[in-house]
Amino acid sequence: MYKLKSITLDHKKNTAGTEAQKLPLPSKVLIPMSMHIGVPCEPTVKKGDHVFTGQKIGDSDAPLSVPIHASISGTVSDIKDYRLLNGKVCKAVEIESDGKEETAECTPPEITDKASFLKAVRESGVCGLGGAGFPTHVKLDFKKEIDTLVINAAECEPYITSDYRQMVEKPEDVLGGVKLVMKYTGIPKTVIAIETNKPDVIEDFLKLTSDIPEIEVLSLPSTYPQGAEKVLVYSATGRIVGEGEIPADKKVIVMNVSTVAFIYRYTQNGIPLISRRITVEGTAVKKPLNVFAPVGTQVSELLKFTGTDVNTVKKLVAGGPMMGSCLLSTDTPVVKTSNSFLADSEYTEPVTTACIRCGRCVRACAMELMPLRLEKAYRDKNKNELKRLKVGLCMNCGACTYVCPANRKLAETNQLAKLLIR
Amino acid sequence: MDKLIISPSPHRNSEMTTRKIMSLVLASLAPAVVAAIVFFGARALALIVICTASAVVCEYFCRRIMKREQTIGDLSAAVTGVILALNLPVTVPFWIAGLGSFIAIVIVKQLFGGLGQNFANPAVTARIVLMVSFAGYMTNWVSPQFWQTGNVSWFGALYKSTDIVTGATPLVSGNASLTSLLLGNTGGCIGETSALALLIGGIYLMVKKVITPTTPLAYIGTVALLTLISGGDVPYQIMSGGLFLGAFFMATDYATTPVTEKGKIVFGIGCGIITFVIRKFGSYPEGVSFSILLMNILTPYIDRLTESIPLGSVREKKEAGKNA
Repeated sequence: MYKLKSITLDHKKNTAGTEAQKLPLPSKVLIPMSMHIGVPCEPTVKKGDHVFTGQKIGDSDAPLSVPIHASISGTVSDIKDYRLLNGKVCKAVEIESDGKEETAECTPPEITDKASFLKAVRESGVCGLGGAGFPTHVKLDFKKEIDTLVINAAECEPYITSDYRQMVEKPEDVLGGVKLVMKYTGIPKTVIAIETNKPDVIEDFLKLTSDIPEIEVLSLPSTYPQGAEKVLVYSATGRIVGEGEIPADKKVIVMNVSTVAFIYRYTQNGIPLISRRITVEGTAVKKPLNVFAPVGTQVSELLKFTGTDVNTVKKLVAGGPMMGSCLLSTDTPVVKTSNSFLADSEYTEPVTTACIRCGRCVRACAMELMPLRLEKAYRDKNKNELKRLKVGLCMNCGACTYVCPANRKLAETNQLAKLLIR
Repeated sequence: MDKLIISPSPHRNSEMTTRKIMSLVLASLAPAVVAAIVFFGARALALIVICTASAVVCEYFCRRIMKREQTIGDLSAAVTGVILALNLPVTVPFWIAGLGSFIAIVIVKQLFGGLGQNFANPAVTARIVLMVSFAGYMTNWVSPQFWQTGNVSWFGALYKSTDIVTGATPLVSGNASLTSLLLGNTGGCIGETSALALLIGGIYLMVKKVITPTTPLAYIGTVALLTLISGGDVPYQIMSGGLFLGAFFMATDYATTPVTEKGKIVFGIGCGIITFVIRKFGSYPEGVSFSILLMNILTPYIDRLTESIPLGSVREKKEAGKNA
């Protein structure tokens, strides 16, 4: 099988060895009504209402949306406008804690067939927990024939260990979730794809699945971007998800390992998605670790919990160092798709110099693009050339920028180029 | 609290910089420099110093006069200077060496926009200009360690002396032993004689991932294959002349050679064919420099024809009557 191009990164999985700790109850949370792609929810509570933990506080009739639940119990102190990272504004519900952690009556959903399973998945409030946050019930409601479920447990970004800790701490949830999805959606085969830098979980899962022939545990080389959807589908099945296609076009569904694990947990206790296991890392962080944090908690609370002086943070990234987005403020709330925060105490803008045509970007690109040529075409504002060179295939993994000895911002240029040809 | 810094992803960069790449190239040239000094004495060292210094000075003033940011710190001018020096015979007058650096840096590199923008390899082009302009000086070969046999001092005006033992390059004489070719104990340009030193440097560059083995393999492999087919002496042909110097250090120049591995194969094979043809049928004894320059000129076309094909891309059909 042809090997896709990739780069090797220093994993820096410093937080792999310690169990995730529960964050002390925050005094207030701010829960945005838009946390992933799709239509924002409308608040179903109003200012002054008392809410229980797990109570629904936002919902929408739009197909691409999932309900939002209160992550702590207390009083709705405000419903205000909140500016998202992409610049758009949505409503956000602020809840002041009553300190009681009173849970709403959560009962496990009754699941009998595919329809009731998908309904339960929607009601749980779950979306893809790996990053983009595509609503899971929509992804699982496929009309085409699907023959393989690929579980993304690659976790190829440096630093992040939240998926790894999920697999170490609750492997039974992962397997339970896989079995549920297979049972109710009728997918006959599952591949759990794990990078070789996690040999212990590979061994665990091989043992756990030794008597389940439908579930295969696949160890993949620790290269970047191994966990990118198209790369993972290719590694797991040998199928190339082409231009303008999604994995389902190649009879594959990809789900993040934490997503399936959550679905299983929800079917057991009925508690919706209100908290995440999050890796807190970076040069400003005193003791990096994984924490369980309620959705809506300010990032500064997580930083304080890890012994970090918030004033020393110069740069704060949500997500991994390769694809994460910079946050404007440490007051930003945790959202459903949060899996890591990276707080750095120093940052020096790398000096960009002339392209020397060394070809490192070309050798790094998993999509076989030519970033140096794309950069030139963008500089010339040559839309035809950008289209011909398929800038639209760039998934912004950042490998080209990472390897560039001239520190040219190639990945960023590709995103600007995509806007230019849109 | 100060405002947080906002920048696009990725938020980490590799350690590699242009300056580091050029330092590695300089380090990889060290064995060839040592071999040059061993076989051609202090005058070889003087040539290397003069070429390197004048290349850096030319680059400095070019950038000053053009009011561009200073780039001598990226060490690329120094690399050009050293490679140019290695391409000169030890007898060459110092002013010709300096002129070579001027041609390489000012005319071939900076006038075309500086690092990464030049279409021809500066050192190769400068060597060819000197070769064509000063054919006598540029082909005045002496035997290695000439000071042991001739009645001359190291620093004598060698090119004027009639006392020194002239030593034709092995490509002309055709009688050097393979051991001499390997070690470098033959006539020729100061940096091209020792195949071993160049090979060590080339392997170092590959280990450090500065170059991929593609171009040298394609280039040397083509020369070896064509020599074999034509009934020539393969080890003799590949180890003599400037083939190793060219294949490892000049045909692998980033700016002037194709960027994809496919393109590098085409480039290497093309260089191999031209080198072989010039050596076999041409009036020049050596064709490495010409082959690299000719392939440099073809590089934009090779690049165009050997683009990598994006994964899963759908090729659009050319619309009739519409130019791309």
